[in-house]
Amino acid sequence: MSGSKIEFKNPVLKWVEYRLPIFSFIDSSVGSGYPTPRNLSYWWNFGSLAGIVLAIMVVTGIVLAMHYTPHVDYAFLSVERIMRDVNYGWLIRYLHVNGGSMFFIVVYIHMFRGMFFGSYKEPRELLWIIGVFIILAMMATAFMGYVLPWGQMSFWGATVITNLFSAVPFVGEGIVQWLWGGFSVDNPTLNRFFSLHYLLPFVIFALVFVHLWALHEHKSNNPLGIDIKGPQDTIPFHPYYTVKDLYGLGWFMMFYLFFVFFAPDFFGEPDNYIEANPLVTPLHIVPEWYFLPFYAVLRAFTDEFWFFSWFMSWVMDAKLAGVVAMFASVLIIALLPWLDGNKVRSMRFRPLSWMFFLIFIADCILLGYIGAMTAEEPYVTIGQWATLYYFAHFLVIVPLVSRLEKTGQPPESIAAAVTKKTEEV
Amino acid sequence: MTDTASTASGKPEEGESRRDFLLLATSTVGAVGATLAVWPFVDQMNPAADTMALSSTEVDLSPIEEGQSITAVWRGKPVFLRRRTAAEIEQATKDDSASMPDPQTDAARVQKPEWLIMVGICTHLGCIPLGQKASDPKGEFGGWFCPCHGSHYDTSGRIRKGPAPKNLLVPPYTFVGDETIRIG
Amino acid sequence: MNKIVLTAVMAFALGTGAAQAASNVPTPAAQKWGFSGIVGHFDQPTLRRGFQIYREVCSGCHGLRLVAYRNLKDLGFTGDEVKEIAAEHEVFAGPDEEGEVLVEGDLRMRPARPTDKFVNPFANEEAARSSNVGALPPDLSLMAKARKKGPDYLYALLTGYHEEPPEGFELSDGMYYNDYFPGHQVAMAPPLADEMVEYEDGTPATLTQHARDVVTFLAWTASPELQDRKRMGIKTLLFLLVLTGMMYALKRKIWSDLH
Repeated sequence: MSGSKIEFKNPVLKWVEYRLPIFSFIDSSVGSGYPTPRNLSYWWNFGSLAGIVLAIMVVTGIVLAMHYTPHVDYAFLSVERIMRDVNYGWLIRYLHVNGGSMFFIVVYIHMFRGMFFGSYKEPRELLWIIGVFIILAMMATAFMGYVLPWGQMSFWGATVITNLFSAVPFVGEGIVQWLWGGFSVDNPTLNRFFSLHYLLPFVIFALVFVHLWALHEHKSNNPLGIDIKGPQDTIPFHPYYTVKDLYGLGWFMMFYLFFVFFAPDFFGEPDNYIEANPLVTPLHIVPEWYFLPFYAVLRAFTDEFWFFSWFMSWVMDAKLAGVVAMFASVLIIALLPWLDGNKVRSMRFRPLSWMFFLIFIADCILLGYIGAMTAEEPYVTIGQWATLYYFAHFLVIVPLVSRLEKTGQPPESIAAAVTKKTEEV
Repeated sequence: MTDTASTASGKPEEGESRRDFLLLATSTVGAVGATLAVWPFVDQMNPAADTMALSSTEVDLSPIEEGQSITAVWRGKPVFLRRRTAAEIEQATKDDSASMPDPQTDAARVQKPEWLIMVGICTHLGCIPLGQKASDPKGEFGGWFCPCHGSHYDTSGRIRKGPAPKNLLVPPYTFVGDETIRIG
Repeated sequence: MNKIVLTAVMAFALGTGAAQAASNVPTPAAQKWGFSGIVGHFDQPTLRRGFQIYREVCSGCHGLRLVAYRNLKDLGFTGDEVKEIAAEHEVFAGPDEEGEVLVEGDLRMRPARPTDKFVNPFANEEAARSSNVGALPPDLSLMAKARKKGPDYLYALLTGYHEEPPEGFELSDGMYYNDYFPGHQVAMAPPLADEMVEYEDGTPATLTQHARDVVTFLAWTASPELQDRKRMGIKTLLFLLVLTGMMYALKRKIWSDLH
């Protein structure tokens, strides 16, 4: 993150800059001193968008914590007090609640963008792996945040997810009690989840910082997936991409605020407007939408699942297999740089990979749909096949297709491609 | 795109000024929006609706006998309500012309001479003065006495001796009936 | 591992029989509500009729623990009217000067004030259950948000009773048949009927009118911010549309020198 120093005429700026080169730092990070490929498409807006959503979540979250009480007797009531009595409390809470969903929408698009254009390939493997850690931290944060309003879904979601750890051989029960701080999800659990929900976003911030550090070392990938060959291939981040990102932010804010103002409970579950009751389980427990594909993977593993009984039942029971598969379904994404063996990054020049990429997205959506359904036929069988396909995509299709497919020839340079396009127009 | 490009290259000055204008206009509108968006985050720290609803308190004065005091709670603070005797009222008005740190007439401190209503917090450093109970020390002027640093208040709650700079504060109140007041 | 956890894990791993039973309940028909849509708002006379029904019918069994009497000012009641409504109910007054909480064997009570929350019809859950053949009448404050398509569901439920269950349906003792309640058996007797409540404003007192009014009232208790929210939303989105348009122009202008 080092760049050329800026010369200031203003004595105050000069004084500061000499002692703390913060202006040069900003300029070389997101300013005119940061060279960016000149051909980035709107798919590249989602990275900075994710950063902005993170900031919105932190600000609204800190405000909510000023009014929230993490105690089983008061949590639900304090949230309703925020909604009814605190000035603009409803606005701030709905911004936070829907902000969670927006965060995942933006980051999922950001991830699929990376997959399509091969942004995970050499030399950006670590950048990609840090990104997988970010999504894991986001999932943990979102899960614990969902517990805080202490509604029925909060309580039973927490019960079900913490119980996943009981699948760990020998020490599972001990781990679960340790997580709970008791013999069921109760006040100690709520208190520690609140503490960690407040802490983790700052961990995410730190990870984002490292993510950006790695990004700035080799600069952004681009739709052609070819390297920057010289200054003719780049334009300064500011003003070109600052204005483009802000323009995209405008559309995003309209999308986000439409839900906040006109459908604030669209992503929520009605059951969470019923206070937690440890004696009554809701008829149909579902996690938040952004967990549904992983939830479907978890549920796919039953004793009746042929893949499990043929290949896995001799080492673990179905419950453990589901838990392992669920965590594996996230972690496997980190291996993409090595599973994909093609030198060409962008799928624009890899039509076969492009096709399988679209099928993969469809499979993820299908898994999400199955995750929202009750565990009955035909959903169970569909979910099992969709789960197998998910893993097959990473472990079979990507390695084979990437090594066997016929790729097109990417253009000589970014500048050459841009000039050619302008001439065509 | 082609015609803007030709404008930009053909008449660079016009292009520059158009760009400056757009930049100025957009940043102005953006700044206005950002400022408006900040307000909810500031206002959320102001007292909430339920707190505001408790910002006025009604007190029934009928059980208080002449020469007796009660303490009510208003916005979390003690409020002294005293039904003064004729002697106390006479003393208070007689002292109107005496020299004191914060001169004020007794008439300016009461709505009905019989009822003295004040926030029971010493204006020195926030202790609660004694004098509400018959057995309490009432200080040299027969009103209230703050034990923390020895401030003496008279029968009108005015500071007469000691470190306190101001008279005991009279809160806003109205009589909603003959013997009921609403403080706040 | 205790029973609760087992239940949860089963519910999560297998789904439940009850979930399947719930799936044969018809989807409630979509009603036209004045408060839905982008410019939706609460109609004050409707809210007041709805409150009248809550007060005269529902409040016998159902509480509104999240709503304070002072909130009724939103319905157009004056400060004094709110005071009178609140004073019809009593709340625990706390200990007296000697620390006594009982007066002649009963709890010391005082009239409720506008700042108090709606007083529950029952002192506790046990009292509520014993008065309702073991069933617990749920609190209604958030009911319009606590069910899928809340307002439509509540309307369908209130108008979905049948005097006789269909042929072959076994109705338990003390239960009523309802098209829309999960499992079709509900412990609540049909609460509304034609001419149930006499409206002050002369609106015809039909079952459907009653249901519409009380559902609108409950939509308000669940989302009292709805009107402010939608009004602010329209202004904010229009503002953003203008700002985004300007940013588009600026973006084009800045990028134009690249082409």
